[in-house]
Amino acid sequence: MADSAHSHDDHHEQSFWSKYCFSTDHKIIGFQYLFTGMLMALIGGFFAYVFRMQLAFPGSSVPFFGIVSPAAYNSLVTNHGTIMIFWVAMPVLIAAMGNYLIPLMIGCDDMVFPKINRLSYQIFLISAIILIASFFVPGGGFGGAWTAYPPLSAEAKYNSTVFGAPMWLLAVTLEIVAFLLGGINFITTVMNARAKGMKMYQIPMIVWMIVLASILFMASVGPLVAGAVMLFFDQTLGTAFFDPTAGGDPVLWQHLFWFFGHPEVYVVLLPAMGIVAEIICTFSRKKLFGYNMILYSSVGLGILSFFVWAHHQFISGVDPRMSYVFTTTTLLISIPVAIMLFAYIGTLYGGAIRLTTPMLFALAFIAEFLLGGVTGIWLGSSGTDIYLHDTYFVLAHFHYTFVPIAIIATFAAIYYWFPKMFGRKMNELWGKIHFWGTIIGFNGIFIPLFVLGAAGQHRRIYNYQHFPDLAGQNMQDLRIFATLSLVFMLLFQIVFIVNFIVSLRKGEKVGNNPWKANTLEWVAASPPPHGNFGENLPVVYRGPYEYSSPDHDKDYWPQNEPPVVKQSDTPA
Amino acid sequence: MGHKIVATGRSATGIPTGRLAVWWVIGSEIAIFGGLIGSYLMNRFLHGAWANDSALTNTFIGGINTFWLLTSSFFVVLAHSASEKRDAKETRKWIWLTILLGGFFMVFKSYEYWTEISHGKTLFTNNFWSFYYVATGLHGFHVLCGMVIMAIIAERDIKHGKNWHRVENIGLYWHFVDIVWIFLFPLLYIAK
Repeated sequence: MADSAHSHDDHHEQSFWSKYCFSTDHKIIGFQYLFTGMLMALIGGFFAYVFRMQLAFPGSSVPFFGIVSPAAYNSLVTNHGTIMIFWVAMPVLIAAMGNYLIPLMIGCDDMVFPKINRLSYQIFLISAIILIASFFVPGGGFGGAWTAYPPLSAEAKYNSTVFGAPMWLLAVTLEIVAFLLGGINFITTVMNARAKGMKMYQIPMIVWMIVLASILFMASVGPLVAGAVMLFFDQTLGTAFFDPTAGGDPVLWQHLFWFFGHPEVYVVLLPAMGIVAEIICTFSRKKLFGYNMILYSSVGLGILSFFVWAHHQFISGVDPRMSYVFTTTTLLISIPVAIMLFAYIGTLYGGAIRLTTPMLFALAFIAEFLLGGVTGIWLGSSGTDIYLHDTYFVLAHFHYTFVPIAIIATFAAIYYWFPKMFGRKMNELWGKIHFWGTIIGFNGIFIPLFVLGAAGQHRRIYNYQHFPDLAGQNMQDLRIFATLSLVFMLLFQIVFIVNFIVSLRKGEKVGNNPWKANTLEWVAASPPPHGNFGENLPVVYRGPYEYSSPDHDKDYWPQNEPPVVKQSDTPA
Repeated sequence: MGHKIVATGRSATGIPTGRLAVWWVIGSEIAIFGGLIGSYLMNRFLHGAWANDSALTNTFIGGINTFWLLTSSFFVVLAHSASEKRDAKETRKWIWLTILLGGFFMVFKSYEYWTEISHGKTLFTNNFWSFYYVATGLHGFHVLCGMVIMAIIAERDIKHGKNWHRVENIGLYWHFVDIVWIFLFPLLYIAK
């Protein structure tokens, strides 16, 4: 079987170029997104290193970069945020995982629109190239923060990046177009191309989550596209949509941006939640606790996420009466998230837990994301937010949500699906070393930043030595500690990269289903051939989480395994 | 290649995949136009003086344009009906008549732009005109895209008797573009 598939492939030998660069195969496109995202993560991580060094040792030359000028500092901070959200979290969590996993997990051979899928990646790649090119144009990269508030973002006389600002905006807009195309593909694929027998409530949770995230993205990003057109005209043609001196309104941009920006948090959260659901079920050998409840909670979360955006604007001049409304909705949104996390803990309860590397990352996601969520309570309440707004408390809070989402859950997914992607396992010992280095480093960065933020340290300041209230040695020590923790964490990523590359060639060879999991991707060969399942696409007989079922002799029960019908069981 | 993909032919919902995707495209377009129209409305409520500007728009030509678009929507339905009978000649006739009416719309809209600009009402006059040009321009761009896609479908697919379902899909899109105009016309022209 394997041999015949192999010789079949040899008949249409493709060049490297057409196989890896212009392929319409969902797995190759998934890899393209994954590796582009990982490359961009290295750039974003390097930017973080440079500006953290500037904060810890202001004015001194940063190794591998040099002296950080104020303009460079602004650009580094802005593009660190932009890259990590738009070119790391989105492509890796939604596009890479969605492309690679959806057709495999719903049991078909590709996405329903393979050419649109390829187009989506090509637009994404162009957007990344435009963004990187914007660092090298005269005036440098855009430095007006990833939120791009006008008038700073709209007028070159304020942001002094006459080319960088429009290029940044163009790159973000193209990235959005790429994800709209990808999202429509994901949604229609899951709606229409599921394996025979797979009912709505038998779809693996991560597939549901990517679909919900795509719908959320589609519904929330539209107004920002309109806003981006207006801002682009303000920047390049000289219209005055956001210019208060000519009758425009800069707060309008904040509404359009955060109407997208807050649902966006859940756009990236949901796939991460889905990854964790798959992993904790497999490694606690238990059925997912409350599948329907998790699903309904995420739908509720999605709907509610459209009514919280103004909590980013409590000090932007919104009507204080509106603050009450948005405080209430923001606090309400913690309920569905809490339900999901409790359901995950319920899944773990009484399970036969196996602490493999992906499981460690999944458990760390639950613990660390919980801290991010809990610290959000202070920021969602307008009273405390007025004090904490724009401090490092906010910064530490959202890094406690985004790092678990974009970094920890991504690593969990890579360690978990690596055997499927490449037919070999990653090294467990080095994986665990990487895990502890990442987690200890991560907490070492952001716990001090919570303290600094509560002490009043504002964001987006180039050198705290210029502010007597913030220049004390005790505060500087915390900054240095956070920076050293970042360097520590980044160094441990070398362990990951080496482990990844070495495991590609020398990792332990494993069969199709090394974790003894139920979902359909483990039925396919590792790595799956073009067309995934060969001639016979799988048929589904049960839900994805039938672990330790009392009706079955093994502790896992793949979705495609036909039920054994005994004569005596047949009802009369 | 020649490798037929199974996924594209599946239909777990019973709705053909192409039509389903067009509905999602329309969903994302609603969000985009919704954001633009919402932004305009919030501004309009704040600036009563914009009524003076909207009084200068040419409601008569706007009305004729509404007529062209609504009639073209009727024609695209006739094209769909002919495509279901697999009548290539009739289908192409109605598609091209739809494109013709779309062309009338574009010509009349261009005349409006020309008179407005020659009276000094440009993209930069004030934010009413900025919204006016951006909203109608974005809509006009959609009309143009629809016309180009319809021409491709008529000459590349229907002429050779294949991909009949595309007539219905482009029809859905065309109705949507129509409905956007039904929102823009009263908001930008009629409301004083």
